[in-house]
Amino acid sequence: MTRLTFISLWMLTTVSLVLFWLYQDKPYPPSAPKFEATTNTGKTHDKQSTSSLTQSLERNPIQNRASDLEILRRLSMALTGTIPSVEWIRDYEAWPEDQRIGLALERIFDDRRSSDYLAERFARAFVGVENGPFLVYRRRRMVDDLSEMIHANRPYDQIVKKLITAKGIWTSKPEVNFLTATIDPNNDKEGPDEIKLAARVSRAFLGIRIDCVQCHDDMFGDRWKQKDFHQMASFFSGAEMSLTGLTESEKTYEYRYKRHPAPELVPPKVPFNESLLPAEGSLRERLAAWVTHPENKPFARALVNRVWAMMFNKPLVNPVDSIPVEGPFPEALESLANEAIASGFDLRHLITMIANSSRFQITSRTLDQSENPPFPMTRLRPEQVAGSIIQSASLETVDADSHILSRVIRILQQGEFIKRYGDAGEDEFAGTGGTIPQRLTVMNGKLVEERTEENLVMNAATRISTLAPNDSVAVEMAYLATLTRRPTESETQYFTDRFRGKKKKKRATEMQDLFWSLINSTEFAWNH
Amino acid sequence: MEPLNHMKRPSLHHCASTTSNRRQFLKTTTAAGMAWMNPLAQQLARCAENDVSETRGKAIILLWMAGGPSQLETFDPHPSQNGSEGRKAISTPLKHLQLAKGLEEVAELMNDVSLIRSMVSQEGDHERAVYNVKTGYRPNPTVVHPSLGSIICHELPENAVEIPRHVSILPNEWPARGGYLGATYDAFQIGDPGQRIPDVISPVSKERLERRLQGLDVVERAFLKGRDPEWIASHTRHRATIDEALKMMDSDQIKAFDVNLATATERNAYGDTAFGRGCLAARRLIETGVRCVEVTLSGWDSHVNNHETQSKRVATLAPALAALIRDLKERELLENTMVLCGGEFGRSPELNPLEGRDHWPHGFSFLIGGGGIAGGKVIGATDPEGIRKQPENPVRVQDLHATIQHCLGVDSEKEIITPVGRPIFLSEGNVARELLVTS
Repeated sequence: MTRLTFISLWMLTTVSLVLFWLYQDKPYPPSAPKFEATTNTGKTHDKQSTSSLTQSLERNPIQNRASDLEILRRLSMALTGTIPSVEWIRDYEAWPEDQRIGLALERIFDDRRSSDYLAERFARAFVGVENGPFLVYRRRRMVDDLSEMIHANRPYDQIVKKLITAKGIWTSKPEVNFLTATIDPNNDKEGPDEIKLAARVSRAFLGIRIDCVQCHDDMFGDRWKQKDFHQMASFFSGAEMSLTGLTESEKTYEYRYKRHPAPELVPPKVPFNESLLPAEGSLRERLAAWVTHPENKPFARALVNRVWAMMFNKPLVNPVDSIPVEGPFPEALESLANEAIASGFDLRHLITMIANSSRFQITSRTLDQSENPPFPMTRLRPEQVAGSIIQSASLETVDADSHILSRVIRILQQGEFIKRYGDAGEDEFAGTGGTIPQRLTVMNGKLVEERTEENLVMNAATRISTLAPNDSVAVEMAYLATLTRRPTESETQYFTDRFRGKKKKKRATEMQDLFWSLINSTEFAWNH
Repeated sequence: MEPLNHMKRPSLHHCASTTSNRRQFLKTTTAAGMAWMNPLAQQLARCAENDVSETRGKAIILLWMAGGPSQLETFDPHPSQNGSEGRKAISTPLKHLQLAKGLEEVAELMNDVSLIRSMVSQEGDHERAVYNVKTGYRPNPTVVHPSLGSIICHELPENAVEIPRHVSILPNEWPARGGYLGATYDAFQIGDPGQRIPDVISPVSKERLERRLQGLDVVERAFLKGRDPEWIASHTRHRATIDEALKMMDSDQIKAFDVNLATATERNAYGDTAFGRGCLAARRLIETGVRCVEVTLSGWDSHVNNHETQSKRVATLAPALAALIRDLKERELLENTMVLCGGEFGRSPELNPLEGRDHWPHGFSFLIGGGGIAGGKVIGATDPEGIRKQPENPVRVQDLHATIQHCLGVDSEKEIITPVGRPIFLSEGNVARELLVTS
């Protein structure tokens, strides 16, 4: 038996089973027992918080709540960068209604795709998207390491500490790349750039844009002085490259301030909450301890604002990395920041809290935007569009356990699509408008055509049209695979009329056209 | 201040009377079941009839020499220098101006264009230097600057073209980007214009596309249930963008991409290469009303065997560049179309042990002409012996940007408040006034 025949048979068997499970009368076999126990995220306090939150939800049911499937789609999009598969939808619907969100989160946290995806999104804030100085910088290594830490649910403050205090060779110590990313091979200065690092640390970890005063005092207020920025940069003065990689030396930092005649020695000093800066340790160790100190609220707020932005594609305070130190703060930001601190900067707990909030679960449907704010509709990011198109072409989840062929195709096609569609780069939440080339890419591009054309082995469209027991099941499957919902009555009517009496190739063509219409819709391209 | 990150609606001025074009568009859209097509869409359809020549305005073509061309083997030969292919220099109609051997066709046109031989930058790494030269700013971790073409498209008024106004032909990994202006200003990328252009032609028949659009309409209606249709339309612009994409697919202007529609004589003049076809397409696009076109010629990174590498690229560049300048001039387009030719940096005067030249941002060349730039000027000079780093009369990358923006009618001193609230000048450079027609 050739390998291709084997794969074909294997996939056919799988799809037949999925279809059988979906439309049999008996309930679907219960999910793996590991999901049954609890919605906790690995820590004692989580159990309490989550269960009290669940209880409060029960006491106060959310008005205008989105459907369970809509919430699943939002979770999957935010945390894995793609829509849920039909296979997963089936599992989700088999779970007890009051446990679905918790169990879905458990499955997502267990899914390597999620930590990979979140790592990439955090990395954009930490080191940007450029490949940087090749000889001393391996972005991929750093992202993989971040993914490992996120998968192990390592507290966020520990992750940040590890990055700021990194030492050693950038290939064996992936965290060193946070610093070496700032090395400018054309600059006379050897080693990481203090100015770039101060900008990164203040924006990514503290949510403040102190780097705006790099060249002059704050033009828009008295909050920041040029000194504040350079004194923070001074903490990185000792970071130096040597034969053993990045080390800490006794070097000092000098800078010539605006209207000053000559460069002067800049002492390392933090711009606020000075009492939290420890006296002991190396400069970077002291800075890391100060940045991540539980009482240094900007750190917790920056984390909450970023995670919120990842969940909603829109931050609570915009721009995501510019939160006023003295406030005022949105209520959700403050309460979640306190929760993040109390949980020991547990990322899973924070995500769970947001996912369980009424703001996340409310419908996006409204006839009047000014009335109680609905769930914000945001444009999907390029990789979310690519991931969703590829996922929609498969009934099973395309993940780390998928057949190697599926994964290779996913990586290649996703990369090619994003290249054409345009990467949002570091402007994670800039909310830039959709473009004509983007629409053309989805309307006429290779990815959509290839993933919907007649191909019994690879494409859901063909498999559904061939194997679905009747037309309305076929239409329903297509809707679930693309829009994570069932069609309305009028939609079922319209599309089953189109399928009526069509067989084989004509039927496959009709299914491909249905997939095209679904993938090109506002509903597919937007988070809602 | 123009709004940022906002997909501008095409100008609805000059929308004239009905012609077959409009009828064809309306017929198609009606047949496609576009019940949602509003008066604006109908007006857009009418715009298709515009004569773009009235609104074409200034434009720019950037011939991007990716990898860093050697100034010594192109626009700045030093025949006296040892070990240099630049010894093989040729004369031009301008006294005291020589170009490298291989550029004979271009040499004849040096009265129409000028040279900057003293470009300097602080970036010697490809990715950073490309960013620097394309945007006029050095990479910065806190903001992504827009490329020159994006700024020009953002600042100059919209003209009535139905195809993207910013196009990148044969882009490598770093095509022109909209940066803080938003993805709307990213260049529309295409490969060899001799091949079918991806994505602008529907992979299915017109009838099938209409059926797909009808199906789309059904899905959209269901989504609008319980939502405010006007808010959805203005917030997402999803359907409006699809309309615009369909208009482009249906537009005659799309033929500007297809160099196979040019005469054989035209095609031969530009050379039978992808780059040559790119330059011909650039001319056709500008003629149609496109504002900015970037055409990339890769392979200049000659760390090994410099002379052969450079001469092969010169053989591709020369006919295309010369034909482009001639063509624009003959069609009276050169006055309003600026042509630029250069890369991210130059190459070291000294040959390395592998007979190659390494990166050299300390004095490299850019050809610049048309669009308000005087012809026959040569700015700056590099050391004939290749020892002294700093060239005479250095022109910084930001100065080049300020000069281009000035010529194209863009106020480079204008500050843009970026989406993150930080004001940034369109360019931080000084205009090189000696290059201007009026100087």
